[in-house]
Formats: sequence, C-alpha cells, structure tokens
Amino acid sequence: MTPNRTFLPSTPEVLARYPALAAAARRNQVWAAAWLIAALALTVFSFWSLGIAFGQIRSGLSQLGWLVAQMFPPSTGSHFPLLLHAMGETLAIAFLGTLIAATMAFPVSFLAARNTTPGTVIHFLARRCFDTIRGVDVLIWALVFVGVVGLGPFAGILAIAVSDAGTFGKLFSETLETTDRKPIDGVLSTGGSQLLAIRFALIPQVLPVMLSQLLYYFESNVRNATIIGIVGAGGIGLQLSEQIRTYDFDQVAFVIIMILVTVAAIDWVCGKLRFHVIGRST
Amino acid sequence: MVSGLLSLPQERVDQLLATYARAVARRRRQFYLVLAVLALLATVAGRYGEVDLAYLLQHFSNFTSYFGRILPTLTFTHFAADMADWYWNLSGWLKLLVDTILIAYLGTLIGTLGAFATAFLTAQNTAPNPYLLFAVKRFHEFCRTVPDIVFALLFVAAFGLGPLPGILAIGIHSLGTLGKLFTEVVENIDMKPVEGVRSTGGNFVETVRFAVVPQVLANFASYALLRFEINVRSGTVIGFVGAGGIGQDLFVAIRKFYYTDVSAILLMIIVTVVLFDLISERIRHHLARLESDR
Repeated sequence: MTPNRTFLPSTPEVLARYPALAAAARRNQVWAAAWLIAALALTVFSFWSLGIAFGQIRSGLSQLGWLVAQMFPPSTGSHFPLLLHAMGETLAIAFLGTLIAATMAFPVSFLAARNTTPGTVIHFLARRCFDTIRGVDVLIWALVFVGVVGLGPFAGILAIAVSDAGTFGKLFSETLETTDRKPIDGVLSTGGSQLLAIRFALIPQVLPVMLSQLLYYFESNVRNATIIGIVGAGGIGLQLSEQIRTYDFDQVAFVIIMILVTVAAIDWVCGKLRFHVIGRST
Repeated sequence: MVSGLLSLPQERVDQLLATYARAVARRRRQFYLVLAVLALLATVAGRYGEVDLAYLLQHFSNFTSYFGRILPTLTFTHFAADMADWYWNLSGWLKLLVDTILIAYLGTLIGTLGAFATAFLTAQNTAPNPYLLFAVKRFHEFCRTVPDIVFALLFVAAFGLGPLPGILAIGIHSLGTLGKLFTEVVENIDMKPVEGVRSTGGNFVETVRFAVVPQVLANFASYALLRFEINVRSGTVIGFVGAGGIGQDLFVAIRKFYYTDVSAILLMIIVTVVLFDLISERIRHHLARLESDR
C-alpha cells in the first residue's frame, strides 16, 4: 500500500512557497554539517595523536574474545571466604568514608552557603577549597593515602572521606541556599539566637534532602570502594586486579558478578531508605 | 491581661502539651535509635576497615608533612628558575594532558554514539520490541555498574598498554550511563509529533528521525557534555593501570616519592578539570536556554 502522493506538491514547490522556512532549514543543515566535520576532524586528529593503529584493534579484539571465553564458567578459585571478607571491607570503606565525609562537610557547608556564610571572603575560600578537592579523583586520593598510612582499607576510608567531603560540601551548601527564609525570620522574631534559628528553622528544612544525598553517595561510594583496591587501598579491587594480573579470568568473572550483585542489593536498600526518609518528612 | 490564644481551659492545655511531649519524645527515641544503629555499624565497619585511630594520630604529622613536602620551593628572587625547575617536564606532561583530554573525547564519542543508537530501543514510548528493550536495558546496566577502571584493567590485558584500552573502557562505561539518561529524556518527550509521523505511515527510523530526535537533541548534547566533564576526570586516573594519559606519570611520581612532581601534575590536573567544568557548564546553560526557548 503506497500513499497516493499525486495531490501533494513536491518538496521544491513547498520550499519555494515558504522561503523563510527554507532558509532556516538550510541554515540548520549548514550548522549540522559544520559540527559533524569538526567532530570528525577532532576524531581523526585524536587517532593520529594517540597513535592508535587499526592492527592493534583487530589483534586486541581476538585477544579479548579469548579472554571472555576464559571467564566461563565463573569460579571462586576455592577462596570464597577471602572474597567475602574483601567485599565486607569494601562495604566498610564505603560506609565509614561516606559517614566521615558528611560529618566533616556539614559544618563547613554553612560557611560556603551564601545565606549562612559569615563573609564573602570565607564563602569564596570554602567554595574554592571544595572545588580543589573535587578536582582530584578518588583514586588519586587513595594512592596518596596509601603513601601516608600504608596499604590496607584504612587508606581507602580516608581517601573516600576526603574526596567526598568536597562533594558533600558543595551539595550541602547548595541545599542550604535553596531554603526558605521565613522560618528563620520566625525564630529570630521570637527572640531566638542565630544558633537556635539554624537548629529549629534551617536544619529541619535541609536534613531530609541531605540524608537522601548521603544515601545516594553511599551507593556511589560502594562502586568507588570496589576499585580503590586496585592501588592497594583495600577492598575487593585488590583481589580483582591480582586475578587479572595472573590471568585467572574465571575468578575475575566471579568477582565482577559479586560486585554487580552487591551494588544492586545496596541500591535497592538505599532506594527503600531514601523513600522512607523523603516520604516521612513531606 | 491574658491573650486570646491562652484562654483555653487548663485541662485542655495540659492535654495538648502532653500530646506534644509524646510526639517529641517519639521523634527523640527514633533519632537515638538511628544514632545507635549508625554507631554500631560504624564500629563493625571500623573493625572490617582496620581503622587505627592511634596510628593515624601518631602518624598525622606524616599526612600534613606529605603536603608540605610535595610543595615546591619557590623563591621570589629566582621565581622563573624555580618554576622551570618545578615544571622541568612541562612539555611531556602537557602532551600527556592533551592525550588525557583526547581519550576522554573519544570515549565520550563512543558512549554518545552507542547510547544514541540504543536509547530509542529502551524508551517505553518508542521501543519497537519489549524483549529487545529488556535486553538492551540490562546491557546498559551492566556497562554502567562495572567501573570504567575495571574495564580498563581487562582491556589492558587484551589490547596491551596504551590509550586504546582507556578509550574503550571510558566509552563502554559512558554508553551505560548515557544510555540510561538518554532513555529517560526520550521517555519525557511530547508524543504528539510521534503520533503525527506514525499516522502518515512512518516506520520506526522515520518516527525517530522526524518526531523524536528534534525534541531530544539539546538534552542529549547537554548530557554528553556532562559526561565529557566526568570522563576528563576519569581520564586522569586510568593511566594508573596502564591505559594511557597523565595518570601513568602521576602514578610513578606518587609511588616513587618524586614529591614536587606530584604537586606539579596534580595542579595541572586540577586546573584542567576545573577549566573543562566551567566551559561545559557555560555551554550546558546555553543549551538549557535553547531548550526553554523552544
């Protein structure tokens, strides 16, 4: 069944009838072409600059096929208890890291929020401080802390705590900035001090939001904590990188499955908790 | 003079106060319960995480002195010479930094193209086939749950050292995250144009091209830019496992305690990351304005 097009004017006719529309369409096309050419040129330049050979891709893909084939069936390599312990370490790193980060960031975020800061200079400094901390990836922090406290999960906890203190500082201060001013005026008008205003007017507004952010970052930190072991900062990542180095890909597959299951479980629990926290307060 | 507000009978006042006290007490009990659970979890986690506060306090000077040691000695009188000494390998590091950005670019490109090709299959309102939707959705989930550095480790084992495994790792991880975000964008479109194209007999590709893509392109671009920002950050660390970029030099500098090199590279990374954040934020705001004007 082909539509009968005989009654319709042809495309050039339509375009001739609406010159303004035709010009706009043409302009859009030129822009799109320009963007495509720019992206393509940058891609070609990247390939050339990074020295990527197509031969490497082909041989790598066949090697990758072999490697994936090695993964089946996944195996624990008869040290399941060790892996479980490493996973426990990972969860511990994520939990303590998030908790310490939030505890450190909470008081400082009041300095970085425009409506609670004692001065513009302090506001600016606190902001830049958070930005600097966030500019450094958690893996770099992990490497630094391994240098300071030695190998092990403790370095991982400190890495996540410091790295997320920057993130929480930014998020918390932004949350503080979105609060309603009226409850604060209310407390102040009854003769309450600045501190009382924060306690009874500000914190009730921000606490549920902050808790929900906290849970969200706990989830994300479980993911982070699975990898910081790669640089020696404890957790399941250490096992994973060891097994990849020794080409035990069946065990690699098992560990990846463990990570997927744990992350899914934590996401589910946090989702429930977050719903509970937000649901109760509204 | 007693105000009108307080002219309730005394027993009613007592009743209300008691209710209030009970409500407050219940909330307090809940609060302390949560606190106790948190403390318990923290203790268990502390045991698992081998937290050693005594050790940390004892070696805390290590931590502060570390940051002291990585700072370069800059004097006012020989400022230029000191700077040259600090950034002795500036051209090499700049090359690696450019590599990092290009890796992030190519990775983002792979992720964006992959997500663009699959997002219309996973959005509830445009998906042509429910089984395909389910399968592709699980694929996206897999790609974004496995951390990019794990992909990088695996790809280094397959492709050998160099930027290629890094690009692929970042690309696959981006495909997963962007796939989810793009799907949500597509699910939020106005369905009227889609019905219009379908009613004229348009097939899946035509519907997507003429009814969906014009609505979602600005949002897609905005998310891709956000991802690029994140990927620049990831690009700085995938070198830790040999997947190219500035990470490999940083890794060596930290591991071998080349203190001033650490601060030199870190400073370059921070400046780059913050710069790209600012640029992409500008562009994203511009895109958001385009979107709201439409």
